[in-house]
Amino acid sequence: MIIFLSCIILFLIGLYAIVTKRNLIKIVIGFALIEYAVNLLFALVGFRFGMLAPIITRVDAPHRFVDPIPQALVLTAIVIALGTTALMLTVALRIYDRYKTFDIGEIRKLKG
Amino acid sequence: MTFIPLFFAIPLAAAFIIPILGKIAKSLIWIFVTLVSFSLFVLALYGTAVTQQYPMIVYEMGNWPPPLGIVMAFDSLSAFMVLVISVVVFAGSIFSLRYMSHYTGQWKFYTLYMLITAGMMGVSITGDLFNMFVFLEIAAISSYALVAFGVDAEELEASFKYMVMGEVGGLTFLLSIALLYAKTSTLNLADMANTLQMVGHTPFFWLVVGMLLFAFSIKAAFVPFHSWLPDAHPAAPAPISSLLSGIFIKVLGIYTTARLVFNVFGLSRANDPVFFNVLIGLGVLSIVFAGVTALSQRDYKRLLGYSSVSQVGYIMLGFGIGNYYGVAGAIFYILAHALGKGLLFLTSGSVVNATGTRDLTKLAGLGEKMSTTAWSFRFGGMSLIGLPPLVGFFAKYLIVLGALKSGFWWLAILAIALSVLTLAYLLKIENNVFMKKGRAQASKAPFTMRIAMVFLVVLIILFGIGFQQVIDFLVGPAANALLRGIEYANLVFGSAGTNF
Repeated sequence: MIIFLSCIILFLIGLYAIVTKRNLIKIVIGFALIEYAVNLLFALVGFRFGMLAPIITRVDAPHRFVDPIPQALVLTAIVIALGTTALMLTVALRIYDRYKTFDIGEIRKLKG
Repeated sequence: MTFIPLFFAIPLAAAFIIPILGKIAKSLIWIFVTLVSFSLFVLALYGTAVTQQYPMIVYEMGNWPPPLGIVMAFDSLSAFMVLVISVVVFAGSIFSLRYMSHYTGQWKFYTLYMLITAGMMGVSITGDLFNMFVFLEIAAISSYALVAFGVDAEELEASFKYMVMGEVGGLTFLLSIALLYAKTSTLNLADMANTLQMVGHTPFFWLVVGMLLFAFSIKAAFVPFHSWLPDAHPAAPAPISSLLSGIFIKVLGIYTTARLVFNVFGLSRANDPVFFNVLIGLGVLSIVFAGVTALSQRDYKRLLGYSSVSQVGYIMLGFGIGNYYGVAGAIFYILAHALGKGLLFLTSGSVVNATGTRDLTKLAGLGEKMSTTAWSFRFGGMSLIGLPPLVGFFAKYLIVLGALKSGFWWLAILAIALSVLTLAYLLKIENNVFMKKGRAQASKAPFTMRIAMVFLVVLIILFGIGFQQVIDFLVGPAANALLRGIEYANLVFGSAGTNF
C-alpha cells in the first residue's frame, strides 16, 4: 500500500512543480515527474510478489507470471510522454528566442 | 473487407504520404487533402446508412476476440460523431487553400491536419480505454503543434499554456486508466462495464469517476478549467480554430465523458441524481460566466473562443438533464454548434485574410465589401442564437423540452433567457465589423473560401428544415445508443465476429 501511495505522492510533487514554478523548464520537469509516477503505478499494478517474468521458456505455469499488459501499456505511454516532452521543450526554446526569458511572469502578451 | 478501420487508417496514411508529396509536387498536396477529406465524408455517410440496419458493428484488431484484443465498436453515436468530424474537416480543408497560402511549410500543416483528423476519428470509434487515450494524445499533440503553427510570440505562449493544461488533463486520464485497470483487470470498455457492475459504486469508483470528469473538463474547457481555450483557439490559423472549436473539444471532452458515464459506468439520472446535478452545474456555470466574459472582448476570434466555452455548457446541460430529450438535444447541439461555430471561425479567417487585423475597434464597413462573409456570419450567428428554421433552434428546443419533461422548469427558462447573451456578443461583432459605416480597404473573399462558407451555410439551413429526418436517422439513434446504458456491453460481445 505504501508503495502505491508513494506513486501518488510523486504525482503530487510533479503537480506542485507545474502549478508553482515560474520557470518554463522547471514546469517541463514537473511533467516528467508526473509521467514517471503514472508509469511506475502502471508497472506496480501488474506486479505480483514472487512471480516470474512473463516470458515463456518452457511449457510451464503461465499462472505464475506477472501481468504483462501494464508493461506493454507503459512502453506506449513512455513513447507518448517522449513526444509531449520534446514538443514542450521545443516550444519553450522558441519562446526563449522571442521573449529572451524563461520566466512566466514576463511572458504575458495574452490577456483578457 | 470491413470499412471501420478505414476511418483512421485513411487520414493516418495520408499524413505520411503528404511529406513525400511535398518533395515531388507541392501543388498536389491541397487537392490530395481535399480528396481524402471528401472520401472520409462519403465513408461517414455510408457508415451512418449501415448503422440504421446494424446497431453495432465490431471490428477485432488482429482477429483477437473482444476481452483479449483491441476492438473498434461502431454504433450510431460513433457514426454521428464521425459524420460531424468529416463535415468540419472537409470545409476546413477547402478553406485552407487560400488562407494558408502565405504560410511557409504548408506540408507540415496538412500533415498535422490529417493527424488530428485521424486522432479524433479514432477516439470516436474505439472500444478500448487505452486505445482511446492513445488516439486522444495523437489528436492533442497535433493540436498543440497547430496552435503554435505561426511561431509568433503570442502563438507560442498560447500553445505552451494549452499544452500545460491539456497534458495535466491527459495524464490524469492515464492515471485513472491505471486505477481502473487495477480494479477490473481489463481495458475493453464492454468488459469493463460488466466488471464495474459487480464492483459496485464504492468510494474508489467515485474517485475514478471524479478524476475522469476533471480530465475531460479540461479537454472540453468547462468553466473552472477553461482558461486555455480563449488563448489557444484564436492563436491557431482560422481553419484550425474552426476545427478545434467546432469539433475537437467535443470529441475529446464531451463524447468521451458521455460514452464512459452512460455506457461504461452505467450511471443514470434516476439512480445517481447528484452526479448529474454536477454536470448541470458545470454547464450552467460555463454558459453564464463565459457568456458574460465574451461581452467585454475586443478581439474577433477571442470573443468567439469565449462563445465556444459558453455554448459547450449547453451540451453538458443536455447530458445533465439525462432523459431522452435532453440527451438527444445535447447530441443535436454538437451538430448545430459544430456547423455554426465552425462557420463563424471561417468568417473570422476571411476577415483576417482581407484586412490583417482581428481588433473589433479597428474593423468597419465590411458588410458591403464582403457580402458572402457577412451573410455567412449572420446565418451562423442566427443558428447559434436559436432562430427557427435553422439547425440551432431545434437543438435548443430539444434541450428545453427535456428540462420541462424532467420538471426543471427553471433550467428551461434559464436556457432560453441566456440566448440573449449569445445574441448580445454576436451583435457586437455584427455592429462593429459588418454594419458600421467606415472606409475599409478589403476585397471580396477568394473563391475557395466562399465555397467553404457557403457549404456550411447550406448545411445549417438543410439540417434545420429537415430536422425531423435528422432526429429520426442521426440524433435519435445516437441518443438511444447512450441511453442503452450497459446494454452496450452485451451488444459488443453479441456483435463480435459478425462479418461486416
